[in-house]
Amino acid sequence: MTPRIDEPLLRAVGFRKSFSGVPALRDGQFTLMPGSVHALCGGNGAGKSTFLKILMGIHHRDAGTLLRNGREVSFDNPSQALANGISIIEQELSPVPAMTVAENIYLGREPVGFLGRIRFAEMNRKAQTLLDSFHFGIRADSLMMDLTVAQTQLVEIAKALSYDAEVIIMDEPTSALGEAEADQLFAAVATLKARGKGVIYVSHRLSEIFSICDSYTVFRDGAFIETGSLADITKDHLIQLVVGRPLTEEFVKENTPAPAPVLSVRGLAADHGVRDVTFDLKRGEILALYGLMGSGRSEIFDRLFGLSRQTEGRIEIDGAPVTIHSPQDAIRAGLAYVTEDRKGSGLVLTSDVRSNLCLATLGRLSAGPVMNARAERGAAQRMIDDLKIKTASDRLNVSNLSGGNQQKVVLGKWFLTEPRILLLDEPTRGVDVGAKREIYRVMSDFARAGGSVIMISSETDEVLGMADRVVVMRDGGVAGQLERAELSAEGLLHLAA
Amino acid sequence: MDVDNQIKAAVPAGAGTEQPRTLSSRIGPVAQRYGILIALAVLCVVLSLVSDNFLTSRNIINVLRQTSINGILAIGMTFVILTRGIDLSVGSVVAMAGVVSASFATTSAVGFIPGAPYVAAVPLAVGVLTGIALGALSGLAVARFAVPAFVATLGMLSAARGLTLIYSGGRPIPALTDGYRWIGTGDIAGIPVPIILFGLVFALSHFVLTRTRFGRHVYAVGGNPHAAKVSGLPVRRIRFLVYVISGGLAAIAGMILTARTGSALPQAGVAYELDAIAAVVIGGTSLAGGIGRVTGTVIGALLIGVMNNGLDLLGVESYYQQVIKGGLIVAAVMLDRSRRTEE
Repeated sequence: MTPRIDEPLLRAVGFRKSFSGVPALRDGQFTLMPGSVHALCGGNGAGKSTFLKILMGIHHRDAGTLLRNGREVSFDNPSQALANGISIIEQELSPVPAMTVAENIYLGREPVGFLGRIRFAEMNRKAQTLLDSFHFGIRADSLMMDLTVAQTQLVEIAKALSYDAEVIIMDEPTSALGEAEADQLFAAVATLKARGKGVIYVSHRLSEIFSICDSYTVFRDGAFIETGSLADITKDHLIQLVVGRPLTEEFVKENTPAPAPVLSVRGLAADHGVRDVTFDLKRGEILALYGLMGSGRSEIFDRLFGLSRQTEGRIEIDGAPVTIHSPQDAIRAGLAYVTEDRKGSGLVLTSDVRSNLCLATLGRLSAGPVMNARAERGAAQRMIDDLKIKTASDRLNVSNLSGGNQQKVVLGKWFLTEPRILLLDEPTRGVDVGAKREIYRVMSDFARAGGSVIMISSETDEVLGMADRVVVMRDGGVAGQLERAELSAEGLLHLAA
Repeated sequence: MDVDNQIKAAVPAGAGTEQPRTLSSRIGPVAQRYGILIALAVLCVVLSLVSDNFLTSRNIINVLRQTSINGILAIGMTFVILTRGIDLSVGSVVAMAGVVSASFATTSAVGFIPGAPYVAAVPLAVGVLTGIALGALSGLAVARFAVPAFVATLGMLSAARGLTLIYSGGRPIPALTDGYRWIGTGDIAGIPVPIILFGLVFALSHFVLTRTRFGRHVYAVGGNPHAAKVSGLPVRRIRFLVYVISGGLAAIAGMILTARTGSALPQAGVAYELDAIAAVVIGGTSLAGGIGRVTGTVIGALLIGVMNNGLDLLGVESYYQQVIKGGLIVAAVMLDRSRRTEE
């Protein structure tokens, strides 16, 4: 398979797929050229994932043609796709943590000798050569569990290349990475491109798309909308294509902070070496905690919310000291916490929308031990209306909702507790452009009505767009504070790194 | 990549169905939802056709009475399994509650308890408290000390059996008072007391799980303990309480068994946990927690009861019955799995 440079590595035409009669993809089109990084854009439910699953042989298309180097192909399962040089780096990686890097790369096809003995030396050598050729800086004999998320992704890329993959699909690869780690990944993507591979890149982060991709294809409502070169379009144009209507401003910010502090944190220590954290949060303010992964941002939230050990430090609300030993205490003190891991600690995925919305306010929605079904229904409906949660019914299982709507359910759960201080950890992760804007609107409205928000975000744009003030964290301590007037991307990174 | 789900959310159910609907696609959803109930109905119809004795009121009451013990155990087990736990100790709790309660309801002396029987309320209360105490110990190990439920209740299975043998000296406790025996052999308006107790336990448990705050807590803790904790739920207390409930209900089952037998046997209830878990699983409760209903469990228990009864009526040896029951359990879970992956 030596592709000519003018021949597409991959060409998909007229892909169609329905699930039990409901069309998920009506017209999927995509052309991938060698030596290119091609962004596949679209909101949640645009059909991207279905399209990719068809490419990988996980779903079977109802109609359409797939050409691989000009030859018509069809895959029944992922291993056939792999055999044809198509490989995917999943959003949620699943390595075998207790095995080495080399063992993971060659899992299931280890070089074997007499009596099936694995030739470890040879396997390690091959893996190391592969890793070094990309300057990944990872040792083949280190254990997977000792690697960072970014390094795990690099290993996945190496694994794909060990299969001679020419088409590499990356599904939201930066969603779990900090900024510095993302740079490592982008460097690897550039190397792939230089070697004539084709990369299909899926991400909700537009700035990222514009910095590393060269072409784009937009899907909306299950159909192909437009393709072209990113050099020819603006960010606004791309947003408009994805959302289907013009969006004037990406961020919504209409709050103005009052001078009085609501929450004062003094000399706080938390898990993983977080120490001596001091800051104030004002009424009506959106405060951002900015920092690289591992700088201790989430640990501060866990500590404030009573999820980790009580150690040093003082927390004051309205000037009065409070002790928070448990989430119950925190909720009583007027705090609410939207965690980073929506599925892990935000939602009960086995339950319906109503139960999830009412989860933190069951006490208020019951008379003694018995639940008041009407109050539950009313509370849930109020949040569905207020936050414009798109769901067929409040009895629908929450796992059926899109990422953005799931996030709104978590927000709704907390708004029902009538909080004064909202802790938001990566509130727009894995949320599409349209829903992102609605979440910004909700934040802004909350602060404008006198609430206070502390937001953790790895997206510099989001911090610049939403924050009144930024506390920058580095190595478990506060590296500095920046007022909105003095905010810049360089300034933030300078303090954080 | 949860695109399938997103699509489901974006498009109202039933919209855009152009495909011709086959018979199986129409029956499918109904069969999935009521699969176990349909299986139970089919089994009853078949049995009533092949055996003249099946559809007699005598036999039906017999089946219900036999099912009541396993049914009560299985309802307690449902609480535990809904929180991602398991209670392997119920068989031993059955024996211990039976023996301890019987020692207060007999004319013969047991250990330091003199052979002067108390009015029935005393032994019954003592029995329930015994079950609650044993359940509380398991619950403490699981909720407070993070011992895996399998291990904690496996330990209790052995320890409670040993305590039962020590307490009784390994001997049955005979000559129980009539008042005590009433809960196993008596009836109210022709309905045997065990069936009434089974019905009460079912109604109360169903109410607790579907209508109370505690019920909501149980589902949330089983569905996602982390989310439950962050949302301010008392996760440890809930985990603790489900074992207390299971222990208390196992004690009730144990006393019904003892009252019916007429004497308390320290060897009673061996392997009862298996039938209880089977009823829960057949009834559609997920061992992964957070999904399930007491109604399903009761139907599961009835299915096992009817099957045992039917095989008896047909003269199938009990050895074969065990094989068939084993197959049924696995088949029920297989059906459940394939249903969930389709979704």
